[in-house]
Amino acid sequence: MSNKMNSNLPDENGHFGQFGGVFVSETLMSALDDLTHMYEELSKSAEFQAAFDNDLAHYVGRPSPLYFAERLTNQVGGAKIYFKREDLNHTGAHKINNAIGQALLAKHMGKPNIIAETGAGQHGVATATVAARLGLNCKIFMGEEDIRRQTLNVYRMKLLGAEVVPVSSGTKTLKDALNEAMRYWVSNVDDTFYIIGTAAGPHPYPMMVRDFQAIIGRETKEQSIAHEGRLPDALVACVGGGSNAIGMFYPFIDDVQVQMYGVEPGGYGLETGQHAAPLSAGKPGVLHGNRTYVMADDDGQILGTHSISAGLDYPGVGPEHAWLKDCGRANYVVIDDNEAMDGFRTLTKVEGIMPALESSHAVAYGMKLAKTLPKDQIVVVNLSGRGDKDIHTVASLDGVEV
Amino acid sequence: MSRINNCLINLKAEGRKALIPYVTAGDPTPDHTVTIMQALVKGGADIIELGMPFSDPMADGPVIQLACERALEAGTSVRSVLASVKTFRESDQDTPVVLMGYLNPIEFYGYESFAKDAAASGVDGVLLVDLTPEEATDVVEYFRSQNIDLIYLLAPTTTMARAKKICDLASGYVYYVSVKGVTGSATLDVESVREHVEKLRSVTNLPIGVGFGIKNAETASAVSACADGVIVGSVLVNTIAESKNEDKEFIAQALANVLSPMREAMDS
Repeated sequence: MSNKMNSNLPDENGHFGQFGGVFVSETLMSALDDLTHMYEELSKSAEFQAAFDNDLAHYVGRPSPLYFAERLTNQVGGAKIYFKREDLNHTGAHKINNAIGQALLAKHMGKPNIIAETGAGQHGVATATVAARLGLNCKIFMGEEDIRRQTLNVYRMKLLGAEVVPVSSGTKTLKDALNEAMRYWVSNVDDTFYIIGTAAGPHPYPMMVRDFQAIIGRETKEQSIAHEGRLPDALVACVGGGSNAIGMFYPFIDDVQVQMYGVEPGGYGLETGQHAAPLSAGKPGVLHGNRTYVMADDDGQILGTHSISAGLDYPGVGPEHAWLKDCGRANYVVIDDNEAMDGFRTLTKVEGIMPALESSHAVAYGMKLAKTLPKDQIVVVNLSGRGDKDIHTVASLDGVEV
Repeated sequence: MSRINNCLINLKAEGRKALIPYVTAGDPTPDHTVTIMQALVKGGADIIELGMPFSDPMADGPVIQLACERALEAGTSVRSVLASVKTFRESDQDTPVVLMGYLNPIEFYGYESFAKDAAASGVDGVLLVDLTPEEATDVVEYFRSQNIDLIYLLAPTTTMARAKKICDLASGYVYYVSVKGVTGSATLDVESVREHVEKLRSVTNLPIGVGFGIKNAETASAVSACADGVIVGSVLVNTIAESKNEDKEFIAQALANVLSPMREAMDS
C-alpha cells in the first residue's frame, strides 16, 4: 500500500486509491454525470461560492466557535481539549453545511423535488430545513427502527413540511433508508435531486459532501492559530459514514504533524459482532455505490449493525476514510456504547454541553487520548451535533419516561 | 462459440425471439432451484437469468427484495447458487444460464475464483447490476478468459454515445431496462421501447433483450416484435412467493402456467 499522502483525490473517476468510484445501476449514470459536471462548474464559480458562504454565515451562524474546555481539561489532566462547536449551528449539527450546498445545486439544476436518507434525523432535519427555505418539495427516507429512536427529529421534519417515508425493509435503519432513497431516485430521476448526507455513495457525492463540510477544518485551522498560535496536535471526530470527520480532517491532510483519529461506534463491543465499525472490523467491498470497508459475512451479505447512536449505525463508511486508513494518514479507533454514554454524561456535567450520542463517541475518545498526552499538546474534538434529540434514549437508559 | 450466442443465432434462424425468465436462486429454498429451472425450460425459456440473492438489492422492487430475503434466510450463498447450476447442467446442456446479482458477494468471493468456479459449474453469462463498465476494466479479463459473457444494462437515460461504448465491451446480449425504476415497478410503454431499441440498433449488432415491466403475454408479444429477447422477472418471482408453501411440482406448474402463454403469444 502506498504511503503517499494526497489531498488532491479523488481522481476524475472518483477514486481514492482503490476506494470510491461509481457502482450503481445504469439508469443513474446519466444523473451522476450531470451532477459531476454541474458541480465541477459551480465549485469554480465565485458567485456560487459567495452564495454558499453567505448562507453559512447568516443562516447557519458560522464560524462555529472553537471552545477551550478548561474544566474538562483540568479534570482529565493531560493535553488541552478544545471543541469545535458544530452543535451550535442552525438545526443543531454539522449536517446543515452540506444540505445547504447541495440544495443550492438542486436549485441551480432546476430540480423541484429533493430526497434524502437519514439515520439520527439530523441530516433529515437539515434537508427539510433548506427545502422549506428554498421552496422545494422534500421526502425523507428513514428506517422504522430509527423513526422509533428519534421521534423528536421525525416531528421536526414534519413541521418543516417534509414527508417522512418509513422504510421497513432489511434492518430498518440507515442502510435501508439509503437503499430506498436510491430506489426512489431511479424511478424519479428526471425531476429529483438526491441530497446524500454522508461522505459515501457514488462519485461525486463523497467529494462533494467533503468539500461542503471542509469549512469545519478550515475554520479550525484559523481558530487554532488565533488561540494557540499553531495547529492542533490531534483531531478527533466520530465516524459513521464519516461526513463530519472528513470535513474536519480534509484541510489538515497535508499537515502531516497533525494526528487524526476517527472514532467508530463499538456498540456492545467489537468481540460481540454487535457494532458498526467497518474500518476496525470489516473488509473492503462494494456498498451503496462505492468501494469501501463494509461489514459483511463471509458470503458478502451486509450485516446488521448496532450502535446506541442512530447516526453511526451504518455498515459502510465514506471511501476517503478507507483510503486514509490504508495509507496510514488517519487512525481509526473504537468507542463502545457505554464509553460513549460516559462521554455524554461527563461533558454535560463538567462543561454544560450536551453532545449528540454520535459526537459523544468523539468526546469519549478525545478524553482518553488527552490523558495520554503532555499538557502542552492540543486536542480538537469535533462536537458534530447537540444531544437534545437523544434525550429519550438517555432517559430510557436511566429508567425515566419523558 | 458460447452457448448464449448459439442459442440466439438458432432462434434468429427460426425467426423466433428469446424468452428469458428471471428467478432468484434459493427462493424459497436452495433445494427448489433446479426443479424451478427445469420448469422454466418446459414453460418455454430459451435462456435463464438466475438471481444471486443480496442483502441490499438497491435496484430491485419489493417482490425481488422479499425473494432475496427468503433465499438468504434459507441459507443461499454464491456457492449454493453455483451448485444448483451444476446440478441443472446434468440434465440440461443446452439452455444458457446467466447469473444476475450485485457486486459485494463477488468481491468477497474473489473475481478470479468466481469466474473459474462459475465456468466450471456451467454458467454462461454474468450480469452485475452495480458493476458499471467504467469500474469493470480490472475484472473483465477474468470472465473473458473463462468464456463467460458479461451482460450489461442499458437504460432509457443512457445516451447513444455511452450505449455504443457499453455495447463495444459487451458480449452475448445487452439488456435494455425499459422503465426508469426498480424491478417490478411500472408497466412499460411499448412505443417508447420500440423507439429506443431502434436507436440502439444503430450502435450495436448485439442481440437486445428488454426487461422491467413485462407482466403478461400481451406485453411480452408486443416487446418481442421489436426486441431479440424478452426478460420476465417479478411476475414469476411473485408466483413463487404465492405458492411457496406448496410442493415443488405445484410451484413448477404454476411457473409454467405463467410462462407458456407468453411463449405462445411471442411465437404466434
